[in-house]
Amino acid sequence: MAGRLAGKNAIVTGAGSGMGRAISEAFAAEGARVLCADISGQQEDVARSIGGEAIALPVDVTRSADVQRMIATAVDKFGRLDILVNNAGIGGGVKALHEIEDDQFDRIIAVNLRGVFLGMKYGIAAMLETGGGAIVNTASAAGLVGTPELAGYSASKGGVVQLTKSAAVEYASRNIRANAICPGLIWTPMVPGQDGSRVPPPGTPPPPLMPMGRWGLDTEIAQSAVFLASDEAGYLTGAALPVDGAFSAG
Amino acid sequence: MAKRLEGKIAVITGAGSGMGKAMAEIFSAEGARLVLADISGNQDAVAAAVNAAHGGAGNEPVAVGVHCDVSNEADVQNMIATAENTFGRLDVLCNNAGFGGGMAPLHEQSLEHWNRVHDTNFKGVFLGMKYGIISMLKTGGGAIVNTGSASGVVGWKHHSVYGAAKAGVHHMTKIAALDYSNHNIRCNSIAPGTMWTGLVEMSKTHELPPEDVFVLAGIPLNRWGLAKDIANAALYLASDEAAYVTGVTIPVDGGYSIGFSGMGAERPGVTTVNTDGS
Repeated sequence: MAGRLAGKNAIVTGAGSGMGRAISEAFAAEGARVLCADISGQQEDVARSIGGEAIALPVDVTRSADVQRMIATAVDKFGRLDILVNNAGIGGGVKALHEIEDDQFDRIIAVNLRGVFLGMKYGIAAMLETGGGAIVNTASAAGLVGTPELAGYSASKGGVVQLTKSAAVEYASRNIRANAICPGLIWTPMVPGQDGSRVPPPGTPPPPLMPMGRWGLDTEIAQSAVFLASDEAGYLTGAALPVDGAFSAG
Repeated sequence: MAKRLEGKIAVITGAGSGMGKAMAEIFSAEGARLVLADISGNQDAVAAAVNAAHGGAGNEPVAVGVHCDVSNEADVQNMIATAENTFGRLDVLCNNAGFGGGMAPLHEQSLEHWNRVHDTNFKGVFLGMKYGIISMLKTGGGAIVNTGSASGVVGWKHHSVYGAAKAGVHHMTKIAALDYSNHNIRCNSIAPGTMWTGLVEMSKTHELPPEDVFVLAGIPLNRWGLAKDIANAALYLASDEAAYVTGVTIPVDGGYSIGFSGMGAERPGVTTVNTDGS
């Protein structure tokens, strides 16, 4: 059976760890060529391990020049860009709104929102030249519902949802789809105190106030990204898909 | 590569045509065994086609058809029992049966019409969930995928009766997701937009929309939705790939429900295809 992303050329930002690594792995397993972008350096190991002509590139998504180089590299190495996953993000700390430092807020918005904007801006420009593509942005369930002590993070992710919807309407007639994934509490290195494991070690307490009563896995986010990026979702654009164990349902 | 629904037992309502039939075709290709329910009689032909394509080595059936009026409690109980008796359990339930409501301003909609639309489109989903969940609780869980509508997500002019039923489907799905989130039963819904299915009369004679058929105004992707678009979303939600997805509504509507549609506005010179199925 042909892979669900056979022949597609993809960029994944934040590919060095967590959900971005899992998305890169799943894309390669489904036949895509992947450019693994990250600021951490870990993208090199991910690109090596997934194979499938994957390449790695150091990218700071807050820097326009880096993002432009990332898009140009994909077009240059792969011939075209079919899929762009703007996944890089930071947690930004857990504190009450009135205690968030001004600089800290700016930093969260720069990475989580401006980074997605830059990726979309230059990714869309490339896709327009070649007849279309699919964009998948990593937002958050915290971008859909109010969450305490995450005001800056929630605002940045709510912004990602609206960037996604706006682009979906704007570029639908030019064959570019844009959707967002809204992860809930996923077991990744972004969780404070997380040990880098892919699955919560036995005895790890479940996250509080979670209807499904367990942590989500990076692979579960990756599978939603495969679906949204694939032609199976050809009639799906502008959606904000929660993958959150019912976190945002109640 | 392993099939995405290998070993799963699924019940699909409205399986005789349109989106339900597409689900039957795609689910069976991905390894599921199926109970195909419909009121029309077409379910037996769909089951026969599925068996011809995917029947077991010893010719054992992978699909059975069952007559079901989803608004009839006994029929729904019999449908679920058919899955248990034929295949041993129920893993996936797609409450998909429905029909279009007549398009008219609210005060022109009759109570008889309200009852008819809500019996199938809303009560039918309630009954399917009720008896499907009872079955799933006995065997440790499952996945439910309900077919709602974009008109149950955003306002769709002259669709008050139908839209209300479909909004009810979406909301009931969300609450059931919370009810059973710790019983390993996931509940999600799909909100199709303007579909090229039996609710559009011309689709009965044209598998794909002819190029000169106008696409309803306000669909950003500027094409009709096809049954397989919905079936692929159902496949994702029914599969273990979506193990952390519950309580969500996936719009599969070409971007219609994003909200920038102008659906309520008068559009001089624009004609639309009647989607009410009447």
